[in-house]
Amino acid sequence: MATALLQTVKLFCERDDRVLIRDLDFALQPGEVVQIEGPNGSGKTTLLRILCGLSDDFSGNILWQGAARRRVDSEFRRDTLYFGHLTGVKFSLSARENLRWILQLKGIPPHAPGLDDRIDQALSNVGLYSYEDVPVYSLSAGQKRRVALARLFVEPADLWVLDEPFTAIDRKGVTQLEGLIQAHAGRGGSVLITTHHALDLPTIRKLQLGLGRGTWQIQ
Amino acid sequence: MFEYLKRLYHKLGSPKYFYDISGRMLPWLVALSVLLLIPGLIYGLGFAPPEKYQGNSYRVIYIHVPAASIAMSGYMLMAVAGVVVLVWRMKMAEMVAKSVAPIGASFAFICLVTGSIWGKPTWGTWWVWDARLTSMLILLFLYLGVMALNAAIENAQSAARATAVLSIVGAVNLPIIKYSVEWWNTLHQPASIKMTSSAIDPEMLFTLLACIAGFYCLFAVMVILSTRCEVLLREQRSNWVKKLVGAC
Amino acid sequence: MADPIVSQPLRAVEVPSMWSGMMAIMKRDLKIAFRQRSDMVNPLFFFVMVIALFPLGIGPEPSTLQKIGPGVIWIAALLSTLLSVDSLFRQDFDDGSLELALLSPQPLFVLAFGKVIAHWLVTAIPLILVAPILSVMLYMDRDTVWVTLYSLLLGTPVLSMISAIGAALTVGLRKGGVLVAVIALPLYIPVLIFGTSAVEAAAMTLPYAGQLAYLAAFLVLALTFAPFAIGAALRISVTSQ
Repeated sequence: MATALLQTVKLFCERDDRVLIRDLDFALQPGEVVQIEGPNGSGKTTLLRILCGLSDDFSGNILWQGAARRRVDSEFRRDTLYFGHLTGVKFSLSARENLRWILQLKGIPPHAPGLDDRIDQALSNVGLYSYEDVPVYSLSAGQKRRVALARLFVEPADLWVLDEPFTAIDRKGVTQLEGLIQAHAGRGGSVLITTHHALDLPTIRKLQLGLGRGTWQIQ
Repeated sequence: MFEYLKRLYHKLGSPKYFYDISGRMLPWLVALSVLLLIPGLIYGLGFAPPEKYQGNSYRVIYIHVPAASIAMSGYMLMAVAGVVVLVWRMKMAEMVAKSVAPIGASFAFICLVTGSIWGKPTWGTWWVWDARLTSMLILLFLYLGVMALNAAIENAQSAARATAVLSIVGAVNLPIIKYSVEWWNTLHQPASIKMTSSAIDPEMLFTLLACIAGFYCLFAVMVILSTRCEVLLREQRSNWVKKLVGAC
Repeated sequence: MADPIVSQPLRAVEVPSMWSGMMAIMKRDLKIAFRQRSDMVNPLFFFVMVIALFPLGIGPEPSTLQKIGPGVIWIAALLSTLLSVDSLFRQDFDDGSLELALLSPQPLFVLAFGKVIAHWLVTAIPLILVAPILSVMLYMDRDTVWVTLYSLLLGTPVLSMISAIGAALTVGLRKGGVLVAVIALPLYIPVLIFGTSAVEAAAMTLPYAGQLAYLAAFLVLALTFAPFAIGAALRISVTSQ
């Protein structure tokens, strides 16, 4: 069996005296899409935050490509894309400026060849053609969200961690996003996703949380 | 020796072990502080020879000096605990740091009050911007900042970590602040008034040492008691605490 | 979907340079600041108004104002830093870009450093530029005005660094403002002492290089250590939501 991209060993997490996840052993293979399911408050977001390194309120081990994550932290962060409830989009910057900045933060040189073309392409892919230079505060809620979604088209990453990516996105956008996820998996990338939306994907595994007392189930 | 210390450190990291061992140490510490403080203070406040220039008013020194020393070391203890919290993520250190803050602040406050009581007969006013009093006032401010931050964060663990950062920053700054204040003081008023006279009677010195040791024991008792409460609160769901509370 | 440009992903550099990370966040923050100018101008207005209040409260005698002038300017600078710093990380925290920064391969202290520098450039530089005018209004002579300028130039970055630690520690809390003041004010004291004393010495035509050297030393210390404290504090604030 190939090395898992991301693996948890006996992951345990409690919050405010309530066990959310007990002894989670879970491996995410390259090319795999895993949907994390569970009712509100079952710890989906908490789990995603733990897995991508935004929370260290847990015990147990997390492995990245077979090595302890804290030892390969820089590689892990370079190859992981997190898309959360808060998108990190700056309202007083334009869509293009936002993307440029997020990519720079990720370590992509600002003068990489064709960077501007790729950004414009990504923005037109999410339907923001001709909105590239408008300050984000004048866009609609769905469009603001789409600025952040454009990251999925340009930002290089093996692992996508998507927390409710469909919020405020219309039906056409949802279909497009599903296609994007599938394409990413086809390229050998992996996706961890939470959503209340029924995903229309041929191969998907499900990790069920919130079955009481921190128990879980993989389908 | 090193191995032993390492083992002790790991054992002390367990709240249950701390609770047990501190429970056994407490009576001894209480006895020690009573044995040192009661004779020390009675002798110091009542019978020790009066000071050559200040007469009897100097006697407040037997409370003032220990309080000053403890307020300082308390802050340092908090900062060291803070390092342990941030580097080794030790839960016990979080609880100790949290308990030390208000106790250290009280000693800083006692030091300020006794300082101003001492100042009235010596300088003729309740407050003088003397370098040491001013540094102590700033130390009290630092304590208050730490306590305010700790109180503002609900989650105990993140409160402890944030407080740890602040107390380390404060501890790094403390020598700089102290030096600056002393420098500022010599600039603004010539150092004609000194709080302690240079030649100290051996009788006074021993009494003072006894009081300092006694107050340190008292400080230890207070910190341990407060930490034990914190342990019970934080570990309330663990089996040993349930058993302990059930047994009472 | 399968666009030729998109199908070949960009490559991130293996080891991103800290300098480029710092410059990137600095440029972004400067750009934002110039688009929301009120954040930039308000601390300046505050500074000017507080200083203008002193003659009104104490009386316009030149001798009194001359005496309290250095302290007034420094305390006003200190309070205005304190007021402006609360917003330093709050916006980034609220919109999630602090999370992105935490997850970037760049070390957090580098990004924090860039942010503080940008903040200092937009809030403190205007204040330093206006200070000479205000010093003249407090009847300082020409040399003293220059020393005021130098001392502010060396001292305000230290104030920014210190208050950034406070802001980073409290960014996740709803009631930040006063708490930052309680945390940061005692730590300002050395800068206040040496800053005012440099100006006072200059006013009395005494040598003032020593005080400025102390301020420079504080600046070096703050630049060396504060970014780590700010980074650690931000990590604690973001991870403990």
